[in-house]
Amino acid sequence: MKSLAELEAIREKALKEINLRDNTGKTRVVVGMATCGIAAGARPVMNAFVDELNKRNVQNVNVTMTGCIGVCRLEPIAEVITADGVKTTYVKLDPEKARKIVVEHLINGRPVKEYTISEAE
Amino acid sequence: MIYRSHVLVCGGTGCTSSKSMEIIKLMNELLRENNIENEVKVIHTGCFGLCEKGPIVVVYPEGATYSRVTLEDVKEIVEEHLVKGRIVKRLLLGDKDAEDVSKALEEVGFFKHQVRIALRNCGVINPENIEEYIARDGYRALGKVLTEMTPEQVIDVMKRSGLRGRGGAGFPTGLKWEFAAKAKGDQKYVCCNADEGDPGAFMDRSILEGDPHTVLEAMAIAGYAIGANQGYIYVRAEYPIAVNRLRVAIDQAREYGLLGKNIFGTDFSFDIDLRLGAGAFVCGEETALMTSIEGKRGEPRPRPPFPANKGLWQKPTILNNVETYANIPEIILKGPEWFASIGTEKSKGTKVFAVGGKIMNTGLVEIPMGTTIRQMIYDIGGGIPNGKKFKAVQTGGPSGGCIPAHLIDTPIDYDNLIALGSMMGSGGFIVMDEDTCMVDIAKFFLGFTVDESCGKCPPCRIGTKRMYEILDRITKGQGEDGDIEKLELLAKNISSSALCGLGQTAPNPILSTLRYFRDEYEAHIYEKRCPAGVCKELLRYVIDENKCKGCSLCARKCPVNAISGEVKKPYHIDAGKCIKCGACIESCKFGAISKMA
Amino acid sequence: MSEMVTLTIDGREVKAPVGSTVLEAARIAGIKIPTLCYLKDINEIGACRMCVVDVGARSLQAACVYPVSEGLKVVTNSPKVREARKVTLELILSNHDRKCLTCVRSENCELQKLAKELNVGDIRFEGQNNHLPIDDLSPSIVRDPNKCVLCRRCVSVCKNIQTVAAIDANERGFDTVIASPFNMALNDTPCVNCGQCINVCPVGALREKDNIDVVWDALSNPDLHVVVQTAPAVRVAIGEEFGLPIGTRCTGKMVAALKKLGFDKVFDTDTAADLTIMEEGTELIERIKNGGKLPLITSCSPGWIKFCEHNYPDLLDNLSSCKSPQNMFGAVLKSYYAKKMGIDPSKIFVVSVMPCTAKKFEIQRPELAATGYPDVDACITTRELARMIKEAGIDFNSLPDENFDDPMGEASGAGVIFGATGGVMEAALRTVVDILSGKDNDNIEYKEVRGVEGIKVAEVQVPGGMTIRAAVAHGLGNARKLLEQVRNGEEQYHFIEIMACPGGCVNGGGQPIQPASVRNTVDIRAERAKAIYSEDEALTIRKSHKNPRVMKIYEEYLEKPGSHKAHELLHTHYHSRENYPDECSRI
Repeated sequence: MKSLAELEAIREKALKEINLRDNTGKTRVVVGMATCGIAAGARPVMNAFVDELNKRNVQNVNVTMTGCIGVCRLEPIAEVITADGVKTTYVKLDPEKARKIVVEHLINGRPVKEYTISEAE
Repeated sequence: MIYRSHVLVCGGTGCTSSKSMEIIKLMNELLRENNIENEVKVIHTGCFGLCEKGPIVVVYPEGATYSRVTLEDVKEIVEEHLVKGRIVKRLLLGDKDAEDVSKALEEVGFFKHQVRIALRNCGVINPENIEEYIARDGYRALGKVLTEMTPEQVIDVMKRSGLRGRGGAGFPTGLKWEFAAKAKGDQKYVCCNADEGDPGAFMDRSILEGDPHTVLEAMAIAGYAIGANQGYIYVRAEYPIAVNRLRVAIDQAREYGLLGKNIFGTDFSFDIDLRLGAGAFVCGEETALMTSIEGKRGEPRPRPPFPANKGLWQKPTILNNVETYANIPEIILKGPEWFASIGTEKSKGTKVFAVGGKIMNTGLVEIPMGTTIRQMIYDIGGGIPNGKKFKAVQTGGPSGGCIPAHLIDTPIDYDNLIALGSMMGSGGFIVMDEDTCMVDIAKFFLGFTVDESCGKCPPCRIGTKRMYEILDRITKGQGEDGDIEKLELLAKNISSSALCGLGQTAPNPILSTLRYFRDEYEAHIYEKRCPAGVCKELLRYVIDENKCKGCSLCARKCPVNAISGEVKKPYHIDAGKCIKCGACIESCKFGAISKMA
Repeated sequence: MSEMVTLTIDGREVKAPVGSTVLEAARIAGIKIPTLCYLKDINEIGACRMCVVDVGARSLQAACVYPVSEGLKVVTNSPKVREARKVTLELILSNHDRKCLTCVRSENCELQKLAKELNVGDIRFEGQNNHLPIDDLSPSIVRDPNKCVLCRRCVSVCKNIQTVAAIDANERGFDTVIASPFNMALNDTPCVNCGQCINVCPVGALREKDNIDVVWDALSNPDLHVVVQTAPAVRVAIGEEFGLPIGTRCTGKMVAALKKLGFDKVFDTDTAADLTIMEEGTELIERIKNGGKLPLITSCSPGWIKFCEHNYPDLLDNLSSCKSPQNMFGAVLKSYYAKKMGIDPSKIFVVSVMPCTAKKFEIQRPELAATGYPDVDACITTRELARMIKEAGIDFNSLPDENFDDPMGEASGAGVIFGATGGVMEAALRTVVDILSGKDNDNIEYKEVRGVEGIKVAEVQVPGGMTIRAAVAHGLGNARKLLEQVRNGEEQYHFIEIMACPGGCVNGGGQPIQPASVRNTVDIRAERAKAIYSEDEALTIRKSHKNPRVMKIYEEYLEKPGSHKAHELLHTHYHSRENYPDECSRI
């Protein structure tokens, strides 16, 4: 270890890896992963969220799963819940849409209107 | 590699005993079967503290904490939670219906009242991965000290923090460092006392198992402060997991250049070696520990000279225990004022206690100094099981004493415990209910000291033995008038003249029980009665004539033919023959047999 | 003058040197503090807690190790302090085999004395007592752990002074016991039988193996011709057993007492010491002249010989092949003397009185039986002789002086000084320098090899010849230091004298025991050595080769030093010894 900067570099990299163990004050992406969701392709959607968040170095978002949300016909479904409880529900997702949500909503704070449940209904 | 989920499985000694390693193995197999081994990572961590409920498994990012997980439960956790995202509620610790599972624990008293500084990383990181420690600000304190502070400033921070030694006597850490820094010597040493020996205390083991790097980092900071470049950790060989994690941690720290030459590109070099002890209690005494590191019989030597001037190999040396070290990186990073804001006037920060005995939640807790005994027992410990009454709490291990129920609102800190005739010690907290005999308890703790005395000085070698013999007689109904006075005379003189702290404090369990429970000693001696109904020789087994149906079962179970009678009439027990084995009580279907104190 | 500090002891101001202890400061002030484990320079460990004093700390402190400091206030005599000492002493006594009446150390026991001084009455804390087996398998030393008070003096002297470390504390707590590793019998360990442990023991836990009965039996056997020889150090110490001051020469009284005990002849081992010088001196000169193995190392001290066999097997060839004077004398008595007197050697019973316990081991060596009979039949120590004298009802102090018997009763001053460290070296130099220079030199006192310095070095210029480099070490720790230098080639010598005991034979393991109260203030080695050197000065013949008795033995029997016959009778060989053999006795 030659410098504090070197330590800081290791810290940042490692923090990314264990970041998900801390969910205080974070936005959560909850992906529906019941049988219906999985059948509709929820797993690649969830993995796309994880991958894109990591690629873009987003630290304040955790991706988590839940069971059946109750509107099976709209699966795969994901909910984005901010730390202060504002909930946005996206439906009929695919990996591409997931990546777009990361960029638009989770990074730039602009919900992707066209994928939300209110648009779909 | 980024995973969407981490599963933390406790790898502390307690949970390892209840198969946590098998759980990890099985879980990995099941992850592969479900093709999600690239999404979910299983990590073994150090102790979570709630050993009573182990093995503990925590799933992130949900933060779902599962308790008493068996191998049978693993499949359900994988298939339901990890594959389908459905929390396995029946295994959840805390509020099973909480909207947000990560909040479920918040209302659990065991965790709610804790402030985790020394234990901050235990159960949170993988102790065998230095990067996880670094991620949690690890080694930043060392970096700060080496690049921004002088040794004098480090010592000043330690002094202002008010940190006192967590291993026993509570000597101010900063002061100790200052003495060693000022001592003249070409070679100095930093030692870590990991020879945890109080019966029931295991906080040092947990820290070493859960967060070994914090000890290494703090020792390096101490080395910089006093001018030492070599450290030794004296750890008992009976802690194989801790020893192994320390070895891994030292190797990794060397690999990352956090131990070794020119750390952070400065002139400061520091390395650490392990020394395994055979687990003699006396080797927790600082001079005995150093004598043992030197390869000699582990016996204390008189002080002065103090180790700060003449310690290991006669060189200036500081010795702190594991928990003390575990506080230090945080103090450096958050500042002495932050630390001093926690706790009481003369006892700053937190203290880790190993809570055990007659209490619902046994385990490891870290509380701010000043928490009351009542909060410890009822809010954190969950109270006394089976509706029994709280009688006393024993703190400080064999050097400590028993604090009676009427002092339950005492805030726990160094000085209060001493004033009550006990001490902080390393943090044993053994709760006793109404069924505990205080003479028997004193005998238990003294028996420990008798076994662990090194044998160097007569007051401890022979004196503790003689006190034990007297207590043994008393508990067997052979106590005599004058025994209490003899105990007091011996206790007083052993305290005043034994060579080391072990001997000087050995009488404390007797002195404190005599102070608060003298009537129990008197009942044993003069009435040949054990009020708590514990001392076997003083018990009488009797058959209640009104309840006995004369079935003769007890008479047939009695191994010494002490019970006789006519069928269908009440039986009775010949007290002269009875060996008080309890077989009759177990056999009686009518609850007619009982022990009389 | 070292820097001083002022402290207060029992209200009195005392000045004491920086670095001294409270115990030493109290002594300066004339205040007595009881001690038990403390033995100056040997055992300063603060273990026994008898010397506790109040320095205002939370607990009482051991005066023997507590350093003085400016303004320190010490209380040595308060109810608290007195009670602590008394309770501790009662505790020690509660686990002590209190067979005082029949104990070898009765009336010379430091524990007994303490009990009296501290006014111990009833022992209030009786309880379990240790009943451990006694180790009496060694021919030299008997250990009785039931009398041991665990003061560790024996451990310190064995480990730190002698660097033998045959014994240490085993087990712990109440079960602590001083024992050999793995509880081996002392006899099977690298113990060299020096008996220094006995000399420092405050109680009767360590003693010599008693051979008095064997001697009484021989004396009462009409078929035996019982001859006694006495080593030089015995005569300057035996008086202590009869209350005479340390360093009193009692040669005449001792001879008179031996005659009264019924020995047929009373001879002087010093005569054999002269013989040793003739043989060893010749060996040295030959090795120097013929390029033999150097340095030559003396072989008089059986403790040192066993130490060398265990620890320096590579140096066995450096040892002089000469037997010790004790065994040379035995061999001469059973050959030359037997022939001269017309007595069958099987009827001659040789008793030696030695200041030494290792000599008891030495006489059992199978190789030391030149005539087919053991060179020496029984060996008793100075202490045992004193006990025999008392048992026989002899009033030692009123005995008239008597002389050793002819024909082996005369010795030179060189033979006498064997008893002190440096004595063998000085005696050898007196002869070797004369022989090498071919003239009778007057300058015979080699003061640089005298005294209690651990390692002494001398360069002796032979008139008109070479310079002899000589070194002397006494105490095996010093011997080890010196030998390491030799082994590493740091120092080169022609001749080295090594004595196992610190101070040489005057402080041997068989000498009268002086309690710590004496040893802490008087250097008994120096006092006894003074008496040795005064005997040397009083003699007219002070060189071995001038001893007419010795010359006569060569003339009549041995031909010349180093002859074939001399080799048969007076020389021996050594063998390396395993330190911890697999097969051993357990106690």
